[in-house]
Amino acid sequence: MECYLDNSATTVCSPAATEKMVELLTKEYGNPSSMHQKGMDAENEMRKAAEKIAATLKVQPKEIIFTSGGTESNNLAILGIAKAYKRSGMHVITTQIEHPSVANPFHVLEERGFEVTYLPVDELGHVSLQSLKEVVREDTILVSMMYVNNEIGAIEPISEIGNWLKKEHPNIVFHVDAIQAYGKLLIRPKKEGIDLLSVSGHKIHGPKGSGFLYIKDKIKIKPIIFGGGQQNALRSGTENVPAIAGLGVAAEEIYQNHEEKVEHLYALRDRFIQAISSMDGVSVNGATNHTNACHIVSVSVEGVRAEVLLHALEDRGVYVSAGSACSSNKPAVSSTLKAIGLKENLLDSTVRFSFSIYTTEEEIDYAVEQMKQLIPMLQKYTRH
Amino acid sequence: MYQAFLIKYAEIAIKGKNRYLFEDALVKNININLKQVEGTFHVRKESGRVYVETEGEYDFDEVIEALSRVFGIVGICPVIMIEDTGFEDLAQKVIDHINEAYTDKNFTFKVDARRARKNYPMTSMEINAAIGERILEAFPETKVDVHHPQVMIHIEVRPLINIYSTEIPGPGGMPLGTAGKAMLLLSGGIDSPVAGYMIAKRGVQLEATYFHAPPYTSERAKQKVVDLAKKVARYAGPIKLNVVNFTDIQLYIYEQCPHEELTIIMRRYMMKIAEHFAKESGCLGLITGESIGQVASQTMQSLNVTNEVCELPVYRPLIAFDKNDIVSISEKIDTYETSILPYEDCCTIFVAKHPVTKPNLEFIKKSEEKLAERIDALYQEAIDTTEVIICKP
Repeated sequence: MECYLDNSATTVCSPAATEKMVELLTKEYGNPSSMHQKGMDAENEMRKAAEKIAATLKVQPKEIIFTSGGTESNNLAILGIAKAYKRSGMHVITTQIEHPSVANPFHVLEERGFEVTYLPVDELGHVSLQSLKEVVREDTILVSMMYVNNEIGAIEPISEIGNWLKKEHPNIVFHVDAIQAYGKLLIRPKKEGIDLLSVSGHKIHGPKGSGFLYIKDKIKIKPIIFGGGQQNALRSGTENVPAIAGLGVAAEEIYQNHEEKVEHLYALRDRFIQAISSMDGVSVNGATNHTNACHIVSVSVEGVRAEVLLHALEDRGVYVSAGSACSSNKPAVSSTLKAIGLKENLLDSTVRFSFSIYTTEEEIDYAVEQMKQLIPMLQKYTRH
Repeated sequence: MYQAFLIKYAEIAIKGKNRYLFEDALVKNININLKQVEGTFHVRKESGRVYVETEGEYDFDEVIEALSRVFGIVGICPVIMIEDTGFEDLAQKVIDHINEAYTDKNFTFKVDARRARKNYPMTSMEINAAIGERILEAFPETKVDVHHPQVMIHIEVRPLINIYSTEIPGPGGMPLGTAGKAMLLLSGGIDSPVAGYMIAKRGVQLEATYFHAPPYTSERAKQKVVDLAKKVARYAGPIKLNVVNFTDIQLYIYEQCPHEELTIIMRRYMMKIAEHFAKESGCLGLITGESIGQVASQTMQSLNVTNEVCELPVYRPLIAFDKNDIVSISEKIDTYETSILPYEDCCTIFVAKHPVTKPNLEFIKKSEEKLAERIDALYQEAIDTTEVIICKP
């Protein structure tokens, strides 16, 4: 049985999105910048995609900038805002548990003379508004944090933080990396005080190489890619129209019957957590209630290296991620797991299961059964 | 533009009656490597020499690169070949050559003329003197030094006249396929690809065995070994790689034997399995990347204990090499970057904190008795389930 439980890494492209892409690759293949009808048709496809996406967030289509994916969206948001606002201040704030596509642009800002404050999280992976209040300064120009953590699934108090910022510090730009949140949570940037929001297409059954950045109207931002001036000169380069259209379809789809989908995912998650919690040496990281996202479960298994468990599961058709990519030659321990204070011996023993709307109860039960068989076997043989 | 390359080979020349075997192998291997290069080339043996003649356009650097991977070649001399249209023309061609080949003319030289065609109107000595004079006139900053010249300008009067003065070093060694076959124990590390390269350089054809241990080692680790074999194959020709699933043997040793002895016992079984495949395909020896004292399993005591299981000789070309030296060779043959990819290999997954460094053969054999119940079956299963991958450059 093949059982793909690595949907936070990537998801299968939905049939409708795939169909749309094929149509645009083979029939409506025009360049949106061309002046002729073929170009117009392509431009219309882009407009439709922007409208569909805007509808899911209750924002305006013109506030959507298409990118090559989550990494580019995060880079554009962070570097673009820093460039535009550096005269107002050189202090920026993020958290200790960000994805590398956020953490590394901040390291670039450090090199460029910005001061970066990294907010801590509690043992469930949550940032507190209080900790933000303590570090915000006169010269703070940007706060950037993720909506849902990619490793353990913690949902951050984005509304609370966004609304406080809007009330107390309306000049600070608030960027949210929603790559793991979009499609799983209802997001209302205008009500939550969010100025910029990063989304990736392939995490929501859209194509790889697609994504967008929501940029609130009137927010000043500078481009990081230069060229022919497409998309208001904010993101030059011929638009990847097939991917954009596929993303539009996927975005629309994922928010249809949304509540039902989330319920289904939480039911799967609860079922999975309940089944594995009784296993010896197995523990779940992060909250087990709904302050955690519906599709991610981080599991630590005492005495079993993550990579070994991953390959053993793979051998039985179950695909998961290692919580922290760590090998004997090159320790690269995850910042999230460290930040939530996970015990040293579990850092290298943590795997992530992540579900999608296509995941079934049978798959969950199958995965649980494999864990039951494998873990005692693997715990027997350890490095001394 | 050079019309030909003169291939110099040293050791082959002293092989007596077998010499033609070595030369033929060299010609064959040059042909194989030049197939990858765009252009038309003719490889030709002529009175104790091998020439690569070119026809039409070709990329000089590509040809040199391809030739410098042919074992047996000591030097590659790019040659200008001209029709004999009189001395004046010859002198001009020599001057043109020097002008192009040397930006800094501040060197000492000697002209070394030879006549294979004795009806040339000047003697060798006369050619030397006359050409030398012309060079001094054309480039006043050059000097003649007949004892230790920095540049030796060769002029060979054959049906055509050959002019050459530079020699690009080749890899040396012996032509592939002139020495027999050996089985390389290939891991994903830095040492074993270098060991294979070094033995192949002596003309030995390679076969390889790799031990993987899923789920403890990953498919990527296996891919890395395939990639390494392909890199070595650029020099050594296609390599048949036996991929042995070693997990069950390893776990059984882990269960039954003292933990400090795991690695050494494991290595004894690896040698046995590699030797099995070696004998099956007519290899005359095993090759490992071991170097004295590098790790616990490579102390002289450990080497003794692992060596004891083998009947075939075990070639260890790196035995007296320091790590730095091994690294430089691996960089030279372009295996280093692949070797350092951080995938776990089966030697490290269960390694003890303090493995034995001075194992005693009797004790080890005693420990191995504890494996009696299942080891033969597991050994046979490992052999039966081995996957074969042909790794071509």
